[in-house]
Amino acid sequence: MTAAVFFGCAFIAFGPALALYIFTIVTEPLRIIFLIIGAFFWLVSLLFSSLIWFTTATLIGNKDEPREKYLLIFGVLISVLVQEMFRFAYYKLLKRASEGLKIINPYEKAPSMRLLAYVSGLGFGIMSGVFSFVNTLSDSLGPGTVGIHGDPPQFFLNSAFMTLVITLLHVFWGIVFFDGCEKKKWYTLLVVLLSHLLVSALPRLVFLVCITAKLVMFLVPSGFCPTTLLRLHV
Amino acid sequence: MATAGGGSVADPGSRSLLRLLSFCVLLAGLCEGNSVERKIYIPLNKTAPCVRLLNATHQIGCQSSISGDTGVIHVVEKKEDLQWVLTDGPNPPYVVLLEGTLFTRDVMEKLKGRSGRIAGLAVSLAKPSPASGFSPSVQCPNDGFGIYSDSYGSQFAHCKAFQWNKVGDGLAYEDFSFPIFLLEDENETNVIKQCYRDHNLSPNGSAPAFPLCAMQLFSHMHAVVSTVTCMRRNLIQSSFTISPEVVCDPLSDFNVWSMLKPINTSRTLEPDDRVVVAATRLDSRSFFWNVAPGAESAVASFITQLAAAEALQKAPDVATLPRNVMFVFFQGETFDYIGSSRMVYDMEKGSFPVQLENIDSFVELGQVALRNSLELWMHTDPMSQKNETVLNQVEALLSTLEQSSAAVPTVVLRRLNQSQPLPPSSLQRFLRARNVSGVVLADHSDSFHNLYYQSIYDTAESINVTYPAGQSPEEDLNFVTDTAKALAGVATVLARTLYQLAGGASFRDTIQADPHTVTRLLYGFLVRANNSWFQSILRPDLRSYLGDGPLQHYIAVSSPTNATYVVQYALANLTGKVLDLTREQCQNPSQVPTENKDLYEYTWVQGPLNANETDRLPRCVRSTARLARALSPAFELEQWGSTEYSTWTESRWKDIRARIFLIASKELEFITLIVGFGILVFSLIVTYCINAKADVLFITPREPGSVSY
Repeated sequence: MTAAVFFGCAFIAFGPALALYIFTIVTEPLRIIFLIIGAFFWLVSLLFSSLIWFTTATLIGNKDEPREKYLLIFGVLISVLVQEMFRFAYYKLLKRASEGLKIINPYEKAPSMRLLAYVSGLGFGIMSGVFSFVNTLSDSLGPGTVGIHGDPPQFFLNSAFMTLVITLLHVFWGIVFFDGCEKKKWYTLLVVLLSHLLVSALPRLVFLVCITAKLVMFLVPSGFCPTTLLRLHV
Repeated sequence: MATAGGGSVADPGSRSLLRLLSFCVLLAGLCEGNSVERKIYIPLNKTAPCVRLLNATHQIGCQSSISGDTGVIHVVEKKEDLQWVLTDGPNPPYVVLLEGTLFTRDVMEKLKGRSGRIAGLAVSLAKPSPASGFSPSVQCPNDGFGIYSDSYGSQFAHCKAFQWNKVGDGLAYEDFSFPIFLLEDENETNVIKQCYRDHNLSPNGSAPAFPLCAMQLFSHMHAVVSTVTCMRRNLIQSSFTISPEVVCDPLSDFNVWSMLKPINTSRTLEPDDRVVVAATRLDSRSFFWNVAPGAESAVASFITQLAAAEALQKAPDVATLPRNVMFVFFQGETFDYIGSSRMVYDMEKGSFPVQLENIDSFVELGQVALRNSLELWMHTDPMSQKNETVLNQVEALLSTLEQSSAAVPTVVLRRLNQSQPLPPSSLQRFLRARNVSGVVLADHSDSFHNLYYQSIYDTAESINVTYPAGQSPEEDLNFVTDTAKALAGVATVLARTLYQLAGGASFRDTIQADPHTVTRLLYGFLVRANNSWFQSILRPDLRSYLGDGPLQHYIAVSSPTNATYVVQYALANLTGKVLDLTREQCQNPSQVPTENKDLYEYTWVQGPLNANETDRLPRCVRSTARLARALSPAFELEQWGSTEYSTWTESRWKDIRARIFLIASKELEFITLIVGFGILVFSLIVTYCINAKADVLFITPREPGSVSY
């Protein structure tokens, strides 16, 4: 819809995440690293979930309408489960890393687990937002708006607000999840999982194949980036 | 250490990773038609653009801006609808969807005058064709490149006596600053009109509400001003850069020619060898690029000549005729005689086996399909007949023609009773070089009978080539229409005349053109190229050149075009001989002692389907049908501003497409931007405030024993 809509929707979707990043993450390099690793973990979780979806789709084979819909629902379910599994995996990694960080920097205060929860949630949120919205955003640059086939014309605004919500929700889920893991309150994890499922079940199509493809294209360079950054710090 | 650690990725792992990466890149590429784009745009696939052509001094055609021209669609079905576009409409610029019948000069003048409010034009094909005629060509075609100029035959120059193309409005030779597209598919036109009715109509002429239905046309042309400028830029590009960006290409292709008796093409003929030339044109054009059905302007004429060539070849005493006959089909005659000027140039320089002094007489077929009451008119040049010898030769030529047509009841030859100029024809280029005795046979005595000269409506229907409903394509292929019979009559007259001019006498009245050949050629060129006969006469690798619709006869810039190939192979099939050679022998005939590559051309063609319809029976065809380069001598001599030779070039372009979509109002877009800014600023402020007071807001518990994390 032209540059005005492009910038408007981009600011709506990524404005708060940008604000959080500028004021809380940028000041400390270690937080940036943990943010990027968090984003990377989200990418890998999406890769695995889409591979599972892809193999299921190939095994099932024929493409009739109800099967497509059930396949999609199954895909979303698997994606949410795998994302939460990777969040748990990241928590375990951070627990082990905090021991090592204490040895490296005995004089500096190690970042607290709550801070790491917030940073990891923000990482998950930013990457999730970027992946779900960038495709739509690039189409908003063209001269046309949604509607010629009868779809609602507020498509771009809706998607932008949805992305904003998901980003912030990932931050909150990160904090709640890590808190539940620390205090061994496992029902907290269930709450996070259920609320994530609820939000994802809202009508928003996830194009897993395209995302897988674009995912791997990002994966290789961004995968090496945090690992090399960590090595640099060693 | 970091670099060593970073670089030591396991090699087989990285290779498989690379393969996975490339697979995913491919997948991502396939996903580019993503569904958000499909929600927004409807691409228009069956369109033809108007492109830019340049000659020595001018540019003609249309141009869009580099990122396409977008405008609100407005359907103009009657003249009054134009007022909305030109003055009343509140949301300029507009893309006008014009009915085919309104695509006239005065409507276009009005649109050109207000080009600030017009973003583009989409013309829908008028069905049926406009009854009063439609020709975007000029009224005096190829003026200035024939024989009549201000210094020679000035009373005939610039069509002073009468205009050849009375219906012509010259639109195709105007320069437009907005893109113009032809909508060929009626379904797409209906989709656009439906979108217009749903979104762009408003009651009582008030402003319609957003979102509005809009169209975007991409046809950005790289060349500007004239051929001189664009060829100079080409030269600079190719001299100084490694990967040159060529901006225009000369219009060029190949002439098709063959000899009745084979001649040695490696050297020129002796001056005593006399040749009778039978000529016609192969090409046509229209306002839009690569749409050139050219039924009456070119196709009927060259089909007649093909049938005459076949009939003449069957005469028993062909090998003993004192004079030879050359059949030549000139390409590019629409654009200031590209093919014939090149052939004359080659003949003068000696690069062509036949020379100008070998030419005994010249018979050309003009437009022959729309004869009134069987009359075929013989046009001759009055200026060259001022010479006594030429006058006598022309007189002999005309009387030979009249004798040949005496026994053909379906053709009545008529002489013109006052001195008239020659119609636009290749003979004019030959007369510029030498006073040959020549005649042009045409169905019109003064102005063209063709109401659709060089336009999109010059199709099979305009020459009454229609087939009864309910027949299969094979039945249509072999159905002999009345037009086919009429053209076969003309071909018989032509073949007999050529036989007599070549010195034959005994078998003249047995020469007969076959209406079945004519009808199959008409079907293949005008209705459906992909038929069994065309498939059987082509080389195996040219199979895909035959589409499901008619062939287009625009000269284009890449050669040879589909139509040129088909004409060459049809000529080879009709006048050649099938030999019993293997494929290797056919492709290397010098290895076979009885065959001579200088005399003949050998081609390995697909052949017909076998009895089970599973395979083809390929064979070797030997004929004298060849291609001769048809590139204007102006480009050989690098005289890009030449007024003597054709200098037509076609611009290059990157992207030509059209699509429709809805556009939102500027206010809504602005509001979206403001909301975005607002959210950004608000979140920056809130985050700053919370961050500054973080130690107050997020109190960590100080109880001993609890894990302070």
